[in-house]
Amino acid sequence: MSREYETVIGLEVHVELATKTKIFCGCSTAFGGAPNTHTCPVCTGMPGSLPVLNRQVVEYAMAVGLATNCTINQNCKFDRKNYFYPDNPQNYQISQLYEPICRNGGVEIETADGSKKTIGIHEIHMEEDAGKLVHDDWDDVSIVDFNRSGVPLIEIVSEPDMRSAEEVIAYLEKLRLIIQYLGASDCKLNEGSMRADVNLSVWEVGATEFGTRTEMKNLNSFRAIARAIEGEKNRQIDLIESGEKVIQETRRWDDARESSHAMRSKEDAQDYRYFPEPDLVPIHISDEWLEEVRSRQPELRTEKLERYESEYKIPRYDAEIITSSKHMADLFEQTVELCGKPKKVSNWLMGETMRLLKEHEMEPEDIVFSPEHLAALVDLADAGTINSSVAKEVFEKMFTDDTDPKQYVEEHGLKTVNDEGALRETIEQVIRDNPQSVDDYHNGKEKAIGFLVGQTMKAMKGKANPGMVNKILKELL
Amino acid sequence: MSLMSLTAVELGKLIQKKEVTAVEATEEALAAITAREEAVHSYVTVDAERAMQRAHKVQEQITAGELTSPLAGVPVAIKDNMCTKGLKTTCSSKILYNFIPTYTAEAVLRLEHAGAVILGKTNMDEFAMGSTTETSAYGVTRNPWNTEHVPGGSSGGSCAAVAAEECSYALGSDTGGSIRQPSSFCGVTGIKPTYGTVSRYGLIAYGSSLDQIGPIAKDVTDCATVLEAISAHDPKDSTSVKREDTDFTQALVDDVKGMRIGIPNDYFGEGLDADVRERILTAAKELEKKGAIVEHFDLGLVKYAIPAYYVIACAEASSNLARFDGVKYGYRTEDYDGLHQMYKKSRSEGFGAEVKRRIMLGSFVLSSGYYDAYYLKALRVKALIKQAFDDAFAKYDVILGPAAPTTAPKLGASLSDPIQMYLGDIYTISVNLAGLPGISLPCGLDSHGLPVGLQLIGDCFQEKKIIRAAYAFEQTRDYARSSIAQEQNGGAS
Amino acid sequence: MANIISDETIEYVGILAKLELSDEEKEAAKKDMGDMLDYIDQLNELDTSQVEPMSHVFPVDNVFREDVVTNGDGSEDTLANAPLCRDGGFEVPKTIV
Repeated sequence: MSREYETVIGLEVHVELATKTKIFCGCSTAFGGAPNTHTCPVCTGMPGSLPVLNRQVVEYAMAVGLATNCTINQNCKFDRKNYFYPDNPQNYQISQLYEPICRNGGVEIETADGSKKTIGIHEIHMEEDAGKLVHDDWDDVSIVDFNRSGVPLIEIVSEPDMRSAEEVIAYLEKLRLIIQYLGASDCKLNEGSMRADVNLSVWEVGATEFGTRTEMKNLNSFRAIARAIEGEKNRQIDLIESGEKVIQETRRWDDARESSHAMRSKEDAQDYRYFPEPDLVPIHISDEWLEEVRSRQPELRTEKLERYESEYKIPRYDAEIITSSKHMADLFEQTVELCGKPKKVSNWLMGETMRLLKEHEMEPEDIVFSPEHLAALVDLADAGTINSSVAKEVFEKMFTDDTDPKQYVEEHGLKTVNDEGALRETIEQVIRDNPQSVDDYHNGKEKAIGFLVGQTMKAMKGKANPGMVNKILKELL
Repeated sequence: MSLMSLTAVELGKLIQKKEVTAVEATEEALAAITAREEAVHSYVTVDAERAMQRAHKVQEQITAGELTSPLAGVPVAIKDNMCTKGLKTTCSSKILYNFIPTYTAEAVLRLEHAGAVILGKTNMDEFAMGSTTETSAYGVTRNPWNTEHVPGGSSGGSCAAVAAEECSYALGSDTGGSIRQPSSFCGVTGIKPTYGTVSRYGLIAYGSSLDQIGPIAKDVTDCATVLEAISAHDPKDSTSVKREDTDFTQALVDDVKGMRIGIPNDYFGEGLDADVRERILTAAKELEKKGAIVEHFDLGLVKYAIPAYYVIACAEASSNLARFDGVKYGYRTEDYDGLHQMYKKSRSEGFGAEVKRRIMLGSFVLSSGYYDAYYLKALRVKALIKQAFDDAFAKYDVILGPAAPTTAPKLGASLSDPIQMYLGDIYTISVNLAGLPGISLPCGLDSHGLPVGLQLIGDCFQEKKIIRAAYAFEQTRDYARSSIAQEQNGGAS
Repeated sequence: MANIISDETIEYVGILAKLELSDEEKEAAKKDMGDMLDYIDQLNELDTSQVEPMSHVFPVDNVFREDVVTNGDGSEDTLANAPLCRDGGFEVPKTIV
C-alpha cells in the first residue's frame, strides 16, 4: 500500500546588498576585479584589524523587513559564528543569531490554483559574505580570493510553509521583486547575488509531526531548485519506505547529474559556538529612524499595479508585465512624465522591447536606453515625423546602445517624406515601372496596391508616409 | 650621565632645547640594548638600522621646528603584539615567526606622529596569555632586579626594558593585569586606561572586551604624557570611546587633600605576601599624611573575578586566534594531507601549551550545551562585579591595593600549577572586567630586594584622579633603579 | 563536584579548535580542563538570577561608517605574508566540494 507524502519546505535565502562598500570596511563591492584587489586588513582577517558597520546595510535590512511585513527588532546586535574554512578569513563569520534585525514577517504568493497563501518569514538578519574558492583540479589545490569576503548579506529565513516547488519559485520571485523594487539588491540567482538553500522534509498527508529535514545547497537557477526538490523528496521517500531513517545533514545538489550528496565530514562539527561580537556595539533603532526609513519606502509593485490601471489607464495585463521589473517600471513612469503618452509608451515596452530582450536573452534590468530617448522616439513616431517601420529601425539602434533617436534620424535622413509633389513623382515612376500590377489592380486585385505601396517605399528608402502613398496611388490609378 | 637613566619627559625636554639630539638618544638606547640584552632579553626584535634612520629623520624635523611634542626624538619599545608596518610582529609566538604587518597599530602611529623612535618589539607571554613572560616562544625575559626571577607578564619585555633602561619608555597591553603586574615586579610605573580610551586597531586581539594598550615608564609624569599622546577616538575601532578629557598631564598635581581612598578588606586575605602587605599599607599612610581620607571597606566578589575572567577571555581568545591557520600569514606546517590536517598541524605546532590550553577551554565553554552555564554565567558575574565597583565608587574616589599578591617569583616556579598562577591576577583582573582605569607604581622593595607595586583603581573615565593620587604618592619617594641599570651604568646617576 | 573530561570531549574540542594533541598532551589537557572547570564552578555560588549577562561595559550603540569607498587595490598588502600563493590568491589544499 503506497502512502501519500507531502513535502514541507523552508528556505534560507541569502541576498547580496547593493551597497557600494562592504559591511565592515571601505572596500568596494564592485563585481569582478582581479583576485584580492578589493581587500584590506579588515576583510582579510589580518591580525589586529577591527570591523566597523556600514550604516547603509542596516537601512537596507530595515527596508526589506518593512516590505515583508516583519517586526523590526529595535535593539539588535551581531554575534560570531565560529567555523574553519579557507573562504572565511577570520574563521568566524560576523552574523546575527540572538537578536536579528527583523522577525515574524510574511509574504503573499499566488498558488497554482490562483488562491493566495502567506509564506511566513521567521527572521531576517545581516551578515558578511565569505570569499571565493577556485578549484584547480589538476593540482588538487584551491585558490582563495577575498574580493567577496565582507560583502553585506541579508539572510531571509522562512517558516516551513511551502509545500511544492511551484510555491518555492513563487516565493522566490516575490522576494526578488520586492527586494529589487527597494533597490536593495539586483537579486540575480545566476550571479550569486541571490542564493537559496532549501530545507526539505517529507510527511505523510495528515501527519502532525514534521519529518527529519535536510538542507540542500548549490542551487543556481529556478530549474535546479525545482529538480532538487523533486530529487530530494524522492530520495527521502525511498529511505522511509525501505524502513531507513532520513539523516539530518547538508547536501550539495549537482544539477548536471540531477543528484545530491552529503557535504559535511566528521571534521565539521557544525557547533558554531555563537557569542556576542565584542568588537561591535549594539544597534538601537529609534522610533524616529524607523519612521524615516518607512517614509522613504518606494512604492511597491502592488501599489504600482493599482496606479497604472487607474491613473494611466493601462490594462492589467500590460501593467503586470511592465511592473515585473523595477527598472522597466521606472523607465515607463519617467518616459510618460516626459511625453505623456502612457498607452504608446506601454506599447513600445510590451512590443519591441520585450521582443528584443527575449532575442538577446537579456533581463529588463539590462535595458540601456534612457527615458529621454524613448520619449523622443515616441514623439517622433506619434507626430508622423518618422513612419512605423523607420521607428522600429531607430528603436533597435536605441536598444543596442542608447542612440539618440533625433540625432540618428537627422544623420541618416530618415524623416518621412510628406511632400506630395516629391511623392507623386516617385509614384508615377513606380506606376510606369509596374504595368502588370497596375493592370491587376484595375482587374480587381486589391492586393496589387500593396505591392505598389511596397515598391514606392522601396524607392523612397522607406521614408514615405504610407498613408499618403496609399492615397496618391489610389488617386492616380 | 646616561641619557637612558633620564625619564622620557626629561629627555624630551633636552631634545627640544637642542642640548641632545634624537640620534644621540637612539644611539645610547641601542648601546644599552647591546650591553644588557644577554642578561635581560627584553626584546624579540631590535631593528637598529631602521631606528637610526628614523632618528635622523625625526631630528631633521625637530631642528626645523616641525616636531614639538614632549616625546619627539625619544626612543620607545613596543610590545610585540602591536602591528608595526615593515617590522616583524610575532606576539612571541612561533605561529607568527615571519609576520611583517602591512600597517601600523593606531596607538603606535600616534606616537610616530609625535616623533617617537621605535627601537624594537618587546618580549611577552605568547599572545599575551600568561603572567611571567615564560610562555614566549623566543625565550624568557629576566627581571632586571634579579635575573633569576621573572619580570611578570604578559608585558614582561616592555617592563624589563624600561627597568633595565634599554629604552626611555614602552607600550604594553593589559587584558587581566598585563601592564600593572609586570610593572610592579620590575619597579616601574604602568597604566591601563579605561576601556575604549586607546584604539585597539592594530593590537593583535586576545580578549577583545578586556584588552587595552597603555604606557610603561619610570614615573607617573611619563605615563601621563604618553597616555595623553596615544588616547584618541578612532573611527576604525567601534569600541573606541569619544572623550574630551584626555589631557591627562593636567592631573600631575601633588594634592590629595580630601580625596577619599578605599582599601578593600578582601584584598588582604590569605595569599598576600607579608612584605607586600606592609609596603601597601605604608603607602596608604603616606597618602593619609597628605590629607587623603583612607578607609577600609568590603568590595565583595573579589575571588569570583578570576574564573569569570578566564571563561570570558578564553572564549574570546579561542575565536580571535582562529585566524591563525597557515592560510594567509605565519606558520604553515610542512607535511600535511588535506585541509583539516593542515589546519590542525599548523596550529598545534605553531601554538605553545598555554595558548592551546586557553583555546581549548574557550572552545569548550562556548560549545553547544555549555554556553549558558559557563559563558553567559560569566557575563552575569561580570555585571555583578561592575555593580560592586559602582557601589564602591559612590563612596570613594580611588581604590588602593597591591598590584600583585607577591613580588616576582623565580623563573620556572609558576608554570607547573596553572591555577596557582592565575590566582596571581586577583587584584588586577576585575579592573579589566569592569573596564576601569588602573595604575601600578613602585612603593618599595621586599626583604629580598624585589620591587612591590601599589595599584590605584579609578571609576571609569577617572584616570585623572588616579594619576593625581599616584603623582602625590610618588613625590614621597625617589625612583629606584634596577640592579642591571645600575651595574651596567657604573652606579649612581 | 569534580569535572571529569573524557577522551571524546578532548577530541571534540580538538575538532572545534583545529588542534591535534599527542597522547601525553591529551592526558594533560583532560586534567587541566577538569581542574579549570572545577575552579570555574565556583561561579555557581553566586545568585545571578536577577542579572542580565553584560557583554559591553559601556552603553554605547550605533557606531557606523558611511557607504563610501575608501580603499583601493589592496592585493599586494593582502598577499604580502602568504605562506603559499598562486594566481593572485592564497593556495590551500583542495577543499571538500
